[in-house]
Amino acid sequence: MPSRGQFDRPSWLTRIGAFAGLAFMHIPVLIIILYAFTTDDRTYQFPPPGLTFKWFEAAFARQDIWQSLGLSLSVAACATVIAMVLGTLAAFALARSNFRGKDAVTVLFVLPIALPGIITGIALLAAMKLGRIEPSFFTIVAGHATFCLVIVYNNVVARLRRLPPNWVEASMDLGADGSQTLRYVLLPQVATAFLAGGMLAFALSFDEIIVTIFTAGKERTLPIWFFSELFRPRDRPVTNVVAVIVIAVTLLPIVLAYYFTRPDDEHETAR
Amino acid sequence: MRAASTFFWRRPHWYLALLLVPPLLWFGTVYLGSLFALLAQSFYRIDDFTAQIVREPTLATYKQLVTQPANIDIVLRTVTMAIAVTIACAVIALPIATYMARYATGRVKAFFYVGVMLPMWTSYLVKVYAWRQLLAKEGIIAWVFGKLGLSGVLDTLLATPGVGGPSLSSSYIGMFLVFVYMWLPFMILPMAAALERVPGSLLQASADLGAKPAQTFRNVVLPLAIPGIAAGSVFTFSLTLGDYIIPSVVGAPGYFIGMMVYTQQGLAGNIPLAAAFSVVPIVLIFVYLSIAKRFGAFDAL
Repeated sequence: MPSRGQFDRPSWLTRIGAFAGLAFMHIPVLIIILYAFTTDDRTYQFPPPGLTFKWFEAAFARQDIWQSLGLSLSVAACATVIAMVLGTLAAFALARSNFRGKDAVTVLFVLPIALPGIITGIALLAAMKLGRIEPSFFTIVAGHATFCLVIVYNNVVARLRRLPPNWVEASMDLGADGSQTLRYVLLPQVATAFLAGGMLAFALSFDEIIVTIFTAGKERTLPIWFFSELFRPRDRPVTNVVAVIVIAVTLLPIVLAYYFTRPDDEHETAR
Repeated sequence: MRAASTFFWRRPHWYLALLLVPPLLWFGTVYLGSLFALLAQSFYRIDDFTAQIVREPTLATYKQLVTQPANIDIVLRTVTMAIAVTIACAVIALPIATYMARYATGRVKAFFYVGVMLPMWTSYLVKVYAWRQLLAKEGIIAWVFGKLGLSGVLDTLLATPGVGGPSLSSSYIGMFLVFVYMWLPFMILPMAAALERVPGSLLQASADLGAKPAQTFRNVVLPLAIPGIAAGSVFTFSLTLGDYIIPSVVGAPGYFIGMMVYTQQGLAGNIPLAAAFSVVPIVLIFVYLSIAKRFGAFDAL
């Protein structure tokens, strides 16, 4: 950490820019939460003419919302499980090893997030059309698992690379075999990164729309429900409530993931 | 179990293969397979009379893509937006990243990092939806301008030919604001990471040699932050290039690449043209990546 003498103070411009920028990033989300309680059901009028809880009741009574929520949760659960298994395998394979073609494999594993989501979406659709595969629950899961895998891989591989290599050697020198080293040395170190990757993958899948539209066919995940509501705004207050529910469902795993991987975590300070 | 683990310890190649085959199999079939299918489809064409896809290799679809002026307009419009959004994100992110990486400590620093991560991970669609409400004619931005007595300024802005429109939510200015908002965290985080790595000794040396803080910032800190900015710009550029939700929810009626892909495969059922259109951002991104690489983007990712 640099020492902070007189020469190193933020200028007022930097300070104002930093706090204004942070406010800019939060105001829209706060506004959407406020709108879920407005009594106005026709326009986006600000400030809201009054506040009410009745739209939550209206939203909870809607079967189509519950169905979409259920579908989204099960897709996210399946995609996350596949991604956690395959992503962790890939991370263990690529963290320390060296083999011909490793660079190509590494690039391959980041492509789904480096290229825009629409490419993944239209590519899956093109393949489904060529292979005459009908869109279903499984095609949605296949699409989601592909980019979720990348998230889990990134989290686990980052943790594995930070582990001192001599820990494994020490364990072996002390007489542990490969499976014991894996069980008592590697897995405990990787566990939180593994869980954090899973949480992020779940949140990402639950919220995904760009790829899902291409692979979902007639299935309606919650984001697809939400997207179609944007173009027929007759139930605007209910849409506002769903927005708040979606924020809550995605942020919970994100916050957990943050606590699993924050830098002052005991695993990190033990380095 | 023990025998198995010894077997694999002695034969690292087998161990590697055992680990790598399942994820590679998945990626090879689902992802790479799909990308090849996409490429293949872009060399098919649609029959104008029967609206059926003709499965014979042809360049007709690409010819249609590059010869129709409307299509060129779409590509230029998208690229212009992507560049404008990237520049705006870099400018807005700079003070935030500088403050959080170099000045904030302890709780304030944690507050800033969480403050950048939370909106980044908040539901994408909800944020787009929120902006539609903010930008609406009777929405909060118009209200703030009204309260400040600046409604005239907003009207003049919206009257600007080319980027204006009847309201913020149906103008390119509005779309630009939404894009900047959505991708800002993707610029801030790599930029802050690059700034965190600037050694304090360099700053002291610069000060000792008589540089004013502004000079140190311009001549020492900024050049060292370039890889971070380049890395962030890969995200802002690529994400803007491929997005089709934002241009269809907010903004003027002009088409963007992503919307074109979406419409062609959907309503028009013209998968070959959609596929050919989606090759455009892939090519542009590879060009952009090779430029960004020169600025050290990959070391900062």
